Amino acid sequence: MAGTIAIKNGHVFDPLNEIKGDRMDIYIRNGKVVTELSAAELKDAKEIDASGKTVMPGGVDSHSHVAGAKVNVGRMMRPEDHYKFYQKKTPLTHSGCGYSVPSVYLGGYEYSKMGYTTVFEAAVPPMEARHTHEEMRSTPMIDMGGYLVLGNNWFLMRYLKEGDIEKAAAYIAWMMRTHKTYGIKCVNPAGVENWGWGENVNSLDQANIHFEVTPEDIIKGLTELNEMLGFSMPLHLHANNLGHPGCWEITRDSLKIPKSIKAKPKDPNVEWAETKVNPKRHESVYLTHCQFNAFGGTSWRDFESGVKGITDYVNSHEHVVMDSGCVPFGDATVMTGDGPAIHDLYVLTGNKWSNTDVECECGSGVLPFTYLKSNPVHSVQWAMGLEVLLYVKDAWKSIMTTDSPNGGPFIKYPQVIAWLMSNKARQDTLNECHKWANDRAGLASETREMTLNEIAIVTRANAARTIGLSHSKGSLGIGADGDVAIYDINPAKLEVSDYESIIRAFENAAYTVKGGEVVCQKGEIVAIPEKKTYYTDITVNAEEEKKMIDDVKNWFKYYTIGFSNYPTPEKYLANPTPIKIDAEV
Amino acid sequence: MAEVILKPTGNFDLTVEAEVVTPDNFAGKSAQDIGKLLVWQGPKQFPISDFFEVRGNGGSSAQDTTIVIDGDVIRVKRIGEGMTAGKIRVKGSTGMHTGTAMIGGEILVEGNTDSWPGMEMKGGLLHITGNALDHVGSAYRGSWRGMTGGRIVIDGNAGNQVGGGMSGGEIIVGGNVDNFCGTRINGGLIAVKGNAIRTVGAEMTGGTLVIGGTIDKFTPGFMQTAVESDLKFNDIECPGKYKKFAGDYAIPQKGKGVLYVSAQNNEDL
Repeated sequence: MAGTIAIKNGHVFDPLNEIKGDRMDIYIRNGKVVTELSAAELKDAKEIDASGKTVMPGGVDSHSHVAGAKVNVGRMMRPEDHYKFYQKKTPLTHSGCGYSVPSVYLGGYEYSKMGYTTVFEAAVPPMEARHTHEEMRSTPMIDMGGYLVLGNNWFLMRYLKEGDIEKAAAYIAWMMRTHKTYGIKCVNPAGVENWGWGENVNSLDQANIHFEVTPEDIIKGLTELNEMLGFSMPLHLHANNLGHPGCWEITRDSLKIPKSIKAKPKDPNVEWAETKVNPKRHESVYLTHCQFNAFGGTSWRDFESGVKGITDYVNSHEHVVMDSGCVPFGDATVMTGDGPAIHDLYVLTGNKWSNTDVECECGSGVLPFTYLKSNPVHSVQWAMGLEVLLYVKDAWKSIMTTDSPNGGPFIKYPQVIAWLMSNKARQDTLNECHKWANDRAGLASETREMTLNEIAIVTRANAARTIGLSHSKGSLGIGADGDVAIYDINPAKLEVSDYESIIRAFENAAYTVKGGEVVCQKGEIVAIPEKKTYYTDITVNAEEEKKMIDDVKNWFKYYTIGFSNYPTPEKYLANPTPIKIDAEV
Repeated sequence: MAEVILKPTGNFDLTVEAEVVTPDNFAGKSAQDIGKLLVWQGPKQFPISDFFEVRGNGGSSAQDTTIVIDGDVIRVKRIGEGMTAGKIRVKGSTGMHTGTAMIGGEILVEGNTDSWPGMEMKGGLLHITGNALDHVGSAYRGSWRGMTGGRIVIDGNAGNQVGGGMSGGEIIVGGNVDNFCGTRINGGLIAVKGNAIRTVGAEMTGGTLVIGGTIDKFTPGFMQTAVESDLKFNDIECPGKYKKFAGDYAIPQKGKGVLYVSAQNNEDL
């Protein structure tokens, strides 16, 4: 029977159900986790003997740049990223290439090999939504969705300036549905608009040009709107001044803005899998790639880690969750909606650089980058990315990412896991690094070693909970999607000092199960499963929506495309899966 | 030393990707086994024996193996790619990417090569007795990390972008070069006995360039620092009087590269 499987005797780590390595069986029927299979079903079902192995829910990446216009610019401008890293086609799989920016097919396969089954694209500019969906549709093996970039949107900035919150809410709801996207992304609020004039913003109370709204206005406005509309995920924030020495302070101050805003995710039209832990978010802001937002010092000469300033704040407050943006060294391609930040990197490195102004909506920049252990700043950044995860006491406040491919490609996740689990792994790398890694960051004296349970939290359970997908992802509770990763790690015999074995185990999952079907085995793709594309469909007051659309049509004269060509129809999505929310506004 | 002779016999209407033709891959194999190694032609793989008559067995190690290609193989790419030791002698001309990324050993081409000889080479010796086309010892497209070590000797002329992005090793060109010789280099030595056209050393941030002939259009962004005679870089000698320049001042990393230009042939500089 398709999608029916019995996974027996594995050491199960299911943080949302507080299962921490207990030996138990997992049963999946028709793609969903069930309590048991009947004798007749068991006879037909595939059975995996997972004894001596680690069983986790399928991995969930809540922030990765894998599809869309800027990703494709990264591919086009980097032939040198392709020719040494490629895969031949097989009867089942496509060929593909690209180390830091893989082709869509290769990207899907590589995620699946590591046991990941769900990945969210971190930034979808509205005008590029069609392109993004075309790439997501062609990315095999993983369920997907994307966050809509709204932090420098002309309409929203105008509505926020005028205090027209109802229209702003109607606009966001309409935009999500129009572009088939999942949540609100806010990149360098007010600053990217200024970049259109060759400038940036440097403080939270600096009003930008023409629109005269401040980063604080935008962060406050968007978090309020996010809760008013009841989104499943919090506002996804890429703070101002990113990548500049001393930026940690503005990041911490940005996190203070939504402190008083209560998280109010509405109940969407989904059936919830059983969980012991509250599966809903209580955070009103999701800070992304904290490492890049946590630079200390005042210049590159006195550069140091500013992570502690942020983690201290996160440890003592309940309204923030964040992902790390780790730097695992080696080749990377930096790509973000933060055009001015990438321009500064261009000036610093002289590398080839691409910059785009997305009309009335946002911007972006792309640049190849190599992180070297011998470089003082890079070696501190490496330490900082790990500090973000290790300094946060409660793993439920953090998510492991590399902001792929900004800090490094996602295929380096196993290496990052090894550093988190093994102090020896960190010390060994520290010994190869520039001495700044030791002197300018606190990582060297941090002895915490994450458990497999904590790894399960930061690589799946919390990512799913944070973005509101724990109704079906990141858990093995009854009713959850049958997405499972089985790793060749015996928790009873695990020696974390042998970190190479941890890397090997997480690089190639023994089995990746998607919807109850084995799709990848020991690094080999064995089946191409169906995939889903999530988006948020919010119902708002029809009258308010009509007034808003009149506004939008009026301003569409500033666009280079026609209004009727603006939306992304559902046919661009693989198995469109709307998360329906009635906002009651 | 064991000698494996490859005599071209096949149909090369589509180019053949022959990265398996290295002493490393041939060592320890009989002529028959060598003939079974696969090469790509277009979308398909074929055994080497479809294209070459193979005579002689490989030696016990790459070091002990010499490959002789007995004839022109201008439609065969990537000969000697990544080889670490041993020798390849081509009695004729070769196709693109000859000796790409080679690490050690020696390749002798008794003829011309197409573009990309010694691309991103790390060590060893690549000697071309005739002419080479573009991108000798340079970086791959999109990259500025070119040759890092070893030596490329071209007795004839070379095309555009000799040593682009080079950071180590030596390139010696007996004849002339075209445009962009030594662009973006940050280390190593390029010695050209003949003439160059333009953009010599553009955006260089280190390394040494010597042009023994004339430069048609001198690169702006260079400043003369001295006049020196009879240059000597280890065993490489450049006799005569040279004007010494520092550059390229047109980019932020100012003036760390060295460019020598024949004084006699460039009186107007």
